[in-house]
Amino acid sequence: MLQHFGKYLLFMSSLFTRSESPRIIFNRTIDEAILIGINSIVIVAIVSTFIGAVTCVQVSYNLNNAFIPRSTIGFMVREMTILELAPTITSIVLAGKVGSSIAGGLGTMQITEQVDALEVMGINSASYLVLPKVIASLLMFPLLVILAMFLSIAGGYIAGTVSGALTAQEYISGIREDFIAYNIIFALIKSVVFAFLISTISSFRGYYTSGGALEVGAASTTAVTNGVIAVLIADFVCAQLLL
Amino acid sequence: MIEIHNIHKTFGEVKVLDGISGVFETGKTNLLLGASGTGKSVLLKCIVGLVKPDIGSVTFDGTYFTNNKLDIRQEIRRKIGMLFQGSALFDSMTVEENVVFPLKMLAPDMAKSERMDRVNFCLKRVGLENANKKMPSEISGGMKKRVGIARAIAPNCTYLFCDEPNSGLDPLTSYKIDELIKEITEELNITTIIVTHDMNSVIEIGDNIMFLYQGKKLWEGNRDEIMDADVKELQEFIFANRLMRDAKKVEEEESREQSA
Repeated sequence: MLQHFGKYLLFMSSLFTRSESPRIIFNRTIDEAILIGINSIVIVAIVSTFIGAVTCVQVSYNLNNAFIPRSTIGFMVREMTILELAPTITSIVLAGKVGSSIAGGLGTMQITEQVDALEVMGINSASYLVLPKVIASLLMFPLLVILAMFLSIAGGYIAGTVSGALTAQEYISGIREDFIAYNIIFALIKSVVFAFLISTISSFRGYYTSGGALEVGAASTTAVTNGVIAVLIADFVCAQLLL
Repeated sequence: MIEIHNIHKTFGEVKVLDGISGVFETGKTNLLLGASGTGKSVLLKCIVGLVKPDIGSVTFDGTYFTNNKLDIRQEIRRKIGMLFQGSALFDSMTVEENVVFPLKMLAPDMAKSERMDRVNFCLKRVGLENANKKMPSEISGGMKKRVGIARAIAPNCTYLFCDEPNSGLDPLTSYKIDELIKEITEELNITTIIVTHDMNSVIEIGDNIMFLYQGKKLWEGNRDEIMDADVKELQEFIFANRLMRDAKKVEEEESREQSA
C-alpha cells in the first residue's frame, strides 16, 4: 500500500514537470470542464432534489414532540444539506460518474498505446491528459455542490409542503434560522478536497492500467471504490480540523 | 543514422534483450526481424525511449539519447514519427485532427492555413484525401495504418519507427503499406526502423535486416544475402514462413475448388 502511495505521489509530481503551454492546458481544461461539470448537472440535480425531499420527510417523521416548532424541519434540512449531504453525497455520485469515466478513458488510451503515442511525440502525457482533468474538477465540483445545496433545500420545500408536514412559511422560517455562513465555506472547502482526491485517484488508476479490456474495467471499479473511501476519510478529517 | 550499443533489458527474471548493437542507416528501410517474443518491439521501445534499457545506449545522428538531459531527449523525440502496431489513433479525434495534432503541439506558431496544407498533403500522400472528417472507428485497419503514417510524417520527422505495420492486414494492403513506407523513407531521406516478422516485407523493402532470436542479434545483412545466411535459426524462420505461405496457398486453392 505504501508503494502505491509513493507511486501516486510521483505521478502527482510528474503532472507539473515539462508541462505543455498554458494555452493548450486552458483549452483542454475547458473541454474537461464541460465533460465533468456540464454533463453532470442532470444527475446532481436529480440526486440532490430527492436527497432534500427524503431528508425533509424523515426529519418530519421523527419530529413528534409538540414543543418543538415545525420550522425545525427546515432548519435541519438546511444544516444537513449544507454541512454533509450536498458536498459528500454529490461527490460520491461524481466519484462514480466522473471517476469511472476518467479511469476508463485513460485506461483505454493506455492499452491502445495512445499514451505511448503522446510520449513519443515528446509530450508529457500525464500533464497533457491529467492536469486539465484535475483543474476542471477543482473548478466544477464546488459549482455542482452549490447547485446541489440549492436543489436539496428546494426538494425539501416541495416534499414538506406537498406532504403537509409543514407549511411553506414554517419551512422558510426554518431555513433562515440561525444561519452560519461559515458552513457554506466549509462545504466548498470539502468539495475542493473531494474533487482533488476523486480526479487524481481515478487518473492514477487509469494511467497505470496494463493489460486488456478486463483490466480497464477493474481499474475503473477500483478508481470508484478508492475515490469513495478517500472522500469519506477526508470528510471526517475536514470535519475534525475545520469545525 | 541511429546507433545502438550493447542494449540489455530484463523484465523481472526474464532477459528480453541480451547485448544488442547495430547501426540503422539514413535513407534505408532497416528491419528488425524475428519470431514473436524475440524482443523486437522491446528493442524498438528502448530506441524511442518508451522503455529504459538496463545497460546500453542509443545515439541519434551522434547525439547521445539514453540517460541524456531531458531537454535534449525532448528535442530528439520531436523529430521522431512512430506507427504503432494498433495504429494508436486518438479515437476522440477525426482523421484530420489526428494528423494535425503533432503540428499543433510541436509547431504552435505555424499558421492554421499552413498546417491544413500540410495535413492535406500528408493525407493525399497516403491516399486518404477524402477521409478528413471520418472518425477512427469508421475506417478500416489499412486506412488506420495509413493515417498513422500520415500523422508520423506530418511534422517532418527525421526518424520513422513502425511496429509491425502489416499486422492484421491482407497481403495486398500489406504490400501497399510496405511500398508507402519505403517511398517515404527514400523521398524524405529519413532513418526508418521497421519491426516485422513478415518475410514478404523482408523481400520487398528490406535494405538492412537485423535478425533477433531470444533477445540476441544472430545475423545482420540485406535481402540479397538473407536466403544464403548461414544461421540455423534464421533458416528455420524463413522455412517456417515459406511453409505457412505454401499451406495458405493450398488452403485457398482447395476452397476455390470446393466452391467451383
